[in-house]
This record gives sequence, structure tokens and C-alpha cells, in this order.
Amino acid sequence: MINLDINGQKHELDIPADMPLLWALRDIVKLTGTKFGCGIAQCGACTVHLDGEATRSCVTPVSSAEGKKVTTIEAMAEDEVGQRVQQAWLNLGVAQCGYCQGGQIMSATALLKANNRPNSTDIHNAMNGNLCRCGTYNRIVSAIEQAALAKEVKA
Amino acid sequence: MSTPKNTVRLANVSRRRFLKGLAAGSAFILAARWDLALADQGDYGAAGMPGGWVDNPHVFIRIDDDGTVTIINHRAEMGQGIRTSLALVAADELGADWNRVNVEQAEADQDKYGNQNTDGSRSMRHWYQPMRRAAAGARKMLEQAAAKQWGVPVEDVETRVHEVVHKGSNRTLGFGELATSARNLEVPDTDSLSLKEDAQLRYIGRESGPVNGDLRNNDGRPPAIDGEDIVTGKAVYGADVMLDDMLYAVIARPPVLGAKVKSLDDTQAKAVRGVVKIFSTEGADMPASFNPLGGVAVVADNTWAAIRGRAALSIEWDRAAAGDNANYHSEDYRKTLETRAENAGKVVRDNGDINTALEQAAKRIQATYYMPHMAQAPIEPPVAIVLLKDGKAEAWAPVQHPHAARQGIAATLGIELTDVTLHQTLLGGGFGRKSKPDFVIEAARLAKEFEGRPVRVQWTREDDIQHAYFHAVSVDRLEASLDKDGKATGWLHRTLSPSIGSLFAEDPKHKGDFELGMGFNTMPFDIPAIRLENPEASAHTRIGWFRAVYNLPHAYAIQSFAAEMAAAAGRDHRDYLLELLGEPRKIHPEEFKDGWNYGEDPNTYPVDIGRMRTVVERATKEAGWGKDKRKGRGMGLAMHHSFVSYAAIVLDVEVDENGEVTVHRADIAFDCGQAVNPERVRSQLEGACVMGIGIALHSEVSFQNGEAVEKNFDGFSIPRMRNAPREIRVHLVNADGDAPMGGVGEPGLPPVAPALCNAIYAATGKRIRRLPVGNQLG
Repeated sequence: MINLDINGQKHELDIPADMPLLWALRDIVKLTGTKFGCGIAQCGACTVHLDGEATRSCVTPVSSAEGKKVTTIEAMAEDEVGQRVQQAWLNLGVAQCGYCQGGQIMSATALLKANNRPNSTDIHNAMNGNLCRCGTYNRIVSAIEQAALAKEVKA
Repeated sequence: MSTPKNTVRLANVSRRRFLKGLAAGSAFILAARWDLALADQGDYGAAGMPGGWVDNPHVFIRIDDDGTVTIINHRAEMGQGIRTSLALVAADELGADWNRVNVEQAEADQDKYGNQNTDGSRSMRHWYQPMRRAAAGARKMLEQAAAKQWGVPVEDVETRVHEVVHKGSNRTLGFGELATSARNLEVPDTDSLSLKEDAQLRYIGRESGPVNGDLRNNDGRPPAIDGEDIVTGKAVYGADVMLDDMLYAVIARPPVLGAKVKSLDDTQAKAVRGVVKIFSTEGADMPASFNPLGGVAVVADNTWAAIRGRAALSIEWDRAAAGDNANYHSEDYRKTLETRAENAGKVVRDNGDINTALEQAAKRIQATYYMPHMAQAPIEPPVAIVLLKDGKAEAWAPVQHPHAARQGIAATLGIELTDVTLHQTLLGGGFGRKSKPDFVIEAARLAKEFEGRPVRVQWTREDDIQHAYFHAVSVDRLEASLDKDGKATGWLHRTLSPSIGSLFAEDPKHKGDFELGMGFNTMPFDIPAIRLENPEASAHTRIGWFRAVYNLPHAYAIQSFAAEMAAAAGRDHRDYLLELLGEPRKIHPEEFKDGWNYGEDPNTYPVDIGRMRTVVERATKEAGWGKDKRKGRGMGLAMHHSFVSYAAIVLDVEVDENGEVTVHRADIAFDCGQAVNPERVRSQLEGACVMGIGIALHSEVSFQNGEAVEKNFDGFSIPRMRNAPREIRVHLVNADGDAPMGGVGEPGLPPVAPALCNAIYAATGKRIRRLPVGNQLG
């Protein structure tokens, strides 16, 4: 049995220890906001937070997620930083097809939690592992900057 | 804020095709299979598409008693924003309040909805008028219902926002209050409808988002209707449909097109926990068309088990069955085509006397360009679910061409089209890949083996890149003669690439009308002697359309060569390009031997040199063209017209000593005529710019022994954030004018790669004639 803490809920799952967290989330727990894009940690569509750190779930065996807090895009609407990021994404009309954007938002949120005033280099370093085939990168950068500034205004 | 001119005509055009020859011979067969041909021979635009257009209000608009307006979207949403933009059109004409509008996705039903094939950058230009008519009809029904209830003449009532008003008494009835009685009225004749005047429009042509980063233009309406679902992870793509008792399959497909399973040992695979069944499936006979490639299917109770099971298979492939394809080496083939390009080929267009022009030239230049295979690689790999139960099929899939998918399922299962229900999900990108329903047909085949249980076929990224319908390789050889003043006197262009026709019939080895018509024979330069030739080239893998299709290599070669000519003449590239274009004028496509014109009426959509000049002038002006730049920095320009729209782009590029390319800024001038949703037009152009930079810098699938070498994003590179321009500025030209609507999704892409290569030349003096750039600058 694999014990996972996903978005604050405990799950006891009868799955192989080497199953990537991605497929456990999608096929077993039915949380489909985390996407499959490449399976080799090249595209970032599967990004979740493991104890707050942006992690590619497609190459993370469930066994290594045990004892950690798994957070997915479905929990971001309840997260203060996640909300700001989501709102900035909406304000700037970032998404085109949208398939990669859950992963983008997870990476952006992890960045802002660690660094609430990222510069351009910080943003590029944090986001370069997230591919967007529609090419929305410029708006992603703008949205992260906007979400960071929203923090400053509030603080 | 400006609104577009009212260009709406009530009657759809129905004129005879200007070139009946299009319908003759193999071109027709091919075109018919691509849905490019004419359902009703002789019509243009939407009327020329299979299934045509529909403007019945009952089909597209539903109003509930609580006033909620539901607009049915029957086109595929793949990021272009069509679910938002077409709904805006209907909501505006209806007089609905956008906050009370829902959008519902239509199932596949071409008889009911008209054409649903979302391809060719056609959705808005084909459906703007039918949607306005449908909404105007619904509005009239609401007004009639109100007039009847009040016992007043219908002329005395009018629609305001989400309500109908009696002008005399100012009494009002909300849309919800009128819904039931309006619904039972007869649908008004099209002829009796009047559409809103421009001044009455509230949504069409308005900005809904930031303009080039400036938030002041945001009127508070979210740019896209699915935005909130997307950012919260709730949006449902093909991969996200979860059904009870569902099976998950992956397929090991032949590594070479046409290879077959010779022997299979599945002992280890069967031992993988969760694997339910393993079996071989027949591949299609060639040509491949939309048929599955066959192989070995591994069906399991979750995706990971299926993937692991497949990895544990031991398959020996019969590569000999693939014939010549098994010997395909793309690098060798490039050289073959380059050699062949030295000799004359089938003449496509011949104006003036090219031989004399070349002989008498004060200066002759020549260059040969290459564009490789590429995979569309939508970020959501192909995926589909089919359930066969009681002789009927139900399917869920992200498809650009729902009708073809539905037909494929019916044919595979041997049931009637009407016994197939296909639920269209959101598409996690399309770019042409998802117009081919092979992956849906695979799911139908597997569903047959598991009646009563839904079966999902999931493609991995390796599947997607190895088994794409590849963008064709292309060799383009150009030669020009210049007089003593550097003015162009002759232009000889030979284009060689396998045809998409090879997918559907015996390899034609020459490009079809619609392939040549993508920027080759429509080359617009005003040069006295022009000769265009198309020597033979064969296909050795599945060739299919990729966003903008053959416009990509044609624009890359032509727009690079124009810059090379300017350099040879010692002239400024922009000035020289404008000189090549010549005086503003409108040219009938027939003069270019183009009988296709993207399916549009050549009288409404001539090739317009004036619009080309305007986008060139605008892009260069906005970019600050001609300003001195530091060493290693340069600006590159390119212009291309495609999908009856006009695009010019200037890229400001820096190349460092290691050959690393940084794009500082992009200025894109774009004329698609009237823009319904300028914010989504702009987002398409931004995306095209980034994709185009990837095409130029590093996107290639190469072949050895008939097998794709690059298999995932670690080999087939697509642009990352660092490759995107630091700033992209989109300048819409004519957006609020009365120019006819053109395409948006594709036409921004073709000029990007040549603009980048022209900028690299300006920055370094190095001319890139073989894409991708890769390490050629290192």
C-alpha cells in the first residue's frame, strides 16, 4: 500500500511503488489537472508541489512522495499565492489551449513562494522547464511579474 | 474604441468557381478526402465546404427561462479562442449580456451544424456571417414574442441588453421571460432579418485584454471563456475524460512506415501488474491515409501498467514490408533533392523569358534552402476513448475534424454514422496533428475487443513524435538576375518536397494545387521574367499538414532570397522588398496559375499588393528599422501572405560569440481584415512568433533507416521561454476597416523563420540556408 497526502487528504492506494505520481494522480485518484506531456521531465506539464517544491510528477515514483505533502493545481484556488497567480493569468489572458498552464502555474507559484520579488533571470530559471507549444511565454513572464507586484501592494 | 464596418451581407455568395480545372483529375480526389473540395461544386468559402454552413437559431442558440443564453460552439477549440470569439459574435447580434452567456460544445454532427473541420484558419471567416444571422433570427423571435404578449406591432419593440423593450411605453420583458414563447415561433426568413449597425455592437471588434502589455485597454471582460477552468485545472481535454470501468491502452507501432509485426514475445509484458490483454493489430495498407499504423496493443487497467507492459514486449519487425521506406535517410535525401534541384522540373508558372534574363544579367545569384521534417507535437499527445455498446459507439476525443473521426469510427465498427456519438473535448493544441483521426480509429478497433467497456488509447510523446504526420522536407532552389542597377530582372524558383497527396493515393511526386498555392505560385514580386518549377520528390514517411503547411518552406526560401538579392544589390532590404512588390495593385489569383485561393472567391480575395506593402511599412516603422545597432545585433524582416491574410515581421536579434541567439523584440504587422476579437488575434500572432523561432532555431525530426531519430522533447526541441522574444508587439492593420476577413491561426507563422535568418545575417554576416540553425553559428 502506498500512502499519499494529496491536497491535505490522505489516500491509501494499492498501486506499485514505482508508478509515477502523475499516473497515480490521474488514473487512480482522478485528479486530472496534472497533465501528461512527455514522461521524461522535459515539458513540465505534470508539475506538482512536493512539500512546496515544484516537482515533475511524471518521473517521481509514488514511493518517494510518501511522507510528503503533494499539492496539485486543483488546490491552488485555496492557496493565497496560487490565487494571485491564477488571477494574473486571467488578467493577462495567458492561456491559449491551456493544457500546459496548470504546470506553468505550479512552477510560478513555487517560485513566488520562495522569492516574492523575482527578477527576469529568476523567472527564466524557474520556468525554463515548462514548455508551452502555443508559445505563451511572454504573457507568462508578465503574469508572474504582476502576481509578484500584487503581493507588494497587499503587504 | 473603434468598431468594424458593417460588412455583413445576408446572402451567402454562390458563384461559380473561376477555375473548373480544380475539380478535375487527382487534385479533386485528394481535395475531397481532405475536405478541401466543394460540397456543392462552385461555391466559395463556407458554402464550398462539405456540410456547408447552417444559420438556424435553434441549432446554435438556446435561452433558458432564467435568461441564461447558451451558445453552441461547433468548431474545435485548440487555443485559438474560437469558443469565445464565435460566441461573442452571436451574443452581440442577439443583444445578450456576456455575463449571462454559456458556451456549450457541440458533438460531431455535420448534418446538423454544417462543416466542423477546424483547419485552414477558416472558423471566423466562414462562420461570422452564419452566426450573426442565427443570432439575428433569435433576436427577431424574441421581439415577436414580446410584441405578441403586449399586443403591439413588432416594429414598436426593440432589443436592448438581454431584454426587449416596448418603445412607446418602456415596458420590458427579459430574455428569460420570453424564452418559452419565442422558442415556439417560426424561424424568420433570412431575407427578413436585419443585422445590427456597427454603432450598436458591444463586443465585436472590442479589446478584452491588454494591448501589447498595456492593461488600460482591458474592459474587464476576460479574454477567453475557458480561462477560469484552465487556471484551476478543471478544463477537460481529451486525456481528462474519466469513465467507469475504463481500460487504458498504448500501442507499439511499427518504427518504419509500412513495417509489420514479424514475431512477438509478450511473456514478460503479460506479467506486468495491471496488464489485461495484449494483441497485434493490422496496419493499414499503403497509402496510410487516416488509418492506424497497426502494431501491438497493450491494454491495462491504468496508463502506467500499459506503458510498462509495452516496454516489456519483445517485437521483431518485418522491415522489408516497408519497402523503400526502410532505407530512408533524411540527410541523404536532402542531398538527393538538392542535386535534383539543379535540373529543370515541371513548370508551374512562366512569365517573360527567364533564360534571356539570366543570360543578360549584370549579376546572378543563386541559393538553395532546406527545411526539415517536423512534428506538430501538440502538448497534449493524441488520445481518444471509444465505447462500443449495443451496436452503438460513443467516443470522446480532442479532434480538429470531428466528422472524419466519426466516419472513421463508423467504418471501423461497421455501424451507421448516426450510431456514433462523438463528444468533442478541448484540444491541448492541434497544429494539424489532430485533424487526422487515426488515433480515434485505433480506439474504435480496441473497443471492438472489449464491448461494453470504454477503451482509451493514450499516445506517449515518443509515439507522437515518431508517428507524426510529418511536415514534409523541402528543398527550394532560387536564382535571380539583377541588372546593372541591382534591379531584379529574372526569378527562377524550383521547389521540391513530397506531397501530402502521398497520404491518400499513389505518390503524385509533385505538389498539388493547394500545396503550390501556399505561397509558391502566388509569389507576388513584380519581376519581368519569372519561372516556377516543381521537380519530383517522393514521400518516405507519413506526410501531413502542420500549421501553415507548405507556406513554411516557401516563405522561408522566398523571403530569405529577397534579402540575399538586396544584399547583392547593395540595397536596404526593406526598400528592396518594397521594390520587388511593386506598385499597390490587386491581382487575380488566376494570373498566378492559382486555382485554389484557400477556397475563397478571388473577386473578394484578390492578392493585394497594397496590403503587403502596408504590413511591411508598418512592421519596419514600429521596429525602428534602419537604426544603428551594436556589433552582433541585427534586424531581420520578412513578409508573407497566406490564408488570405497578410503578415510582416521584424525581429531584433543578438548573436553572442558562442552562437547563442537572443531575440530582443518582435514587431508583427498583421492584416486579417476585420478582427472580431483583437486580443485573441494578437495572442495567435504571439504564439506563431514563438513557434516560428523554434522552427528556425532547433526543430527537426531526422530519419535513419526509415525511423525517426528524435523521439521526445530531449531530441525534437520546441521553443522554451529563453527562446521567446523578450518583447512581442503585434500591430493590427485594417482590423476595424472593411477588408474581408482572413485567417488568423496560421498566417503569422511563415514569415518568422526567414525574418530570424535575415536578422542573423544582419547581425553576423552568416546566411542560414539549412534549417534548423542548430549549431551552425557556434
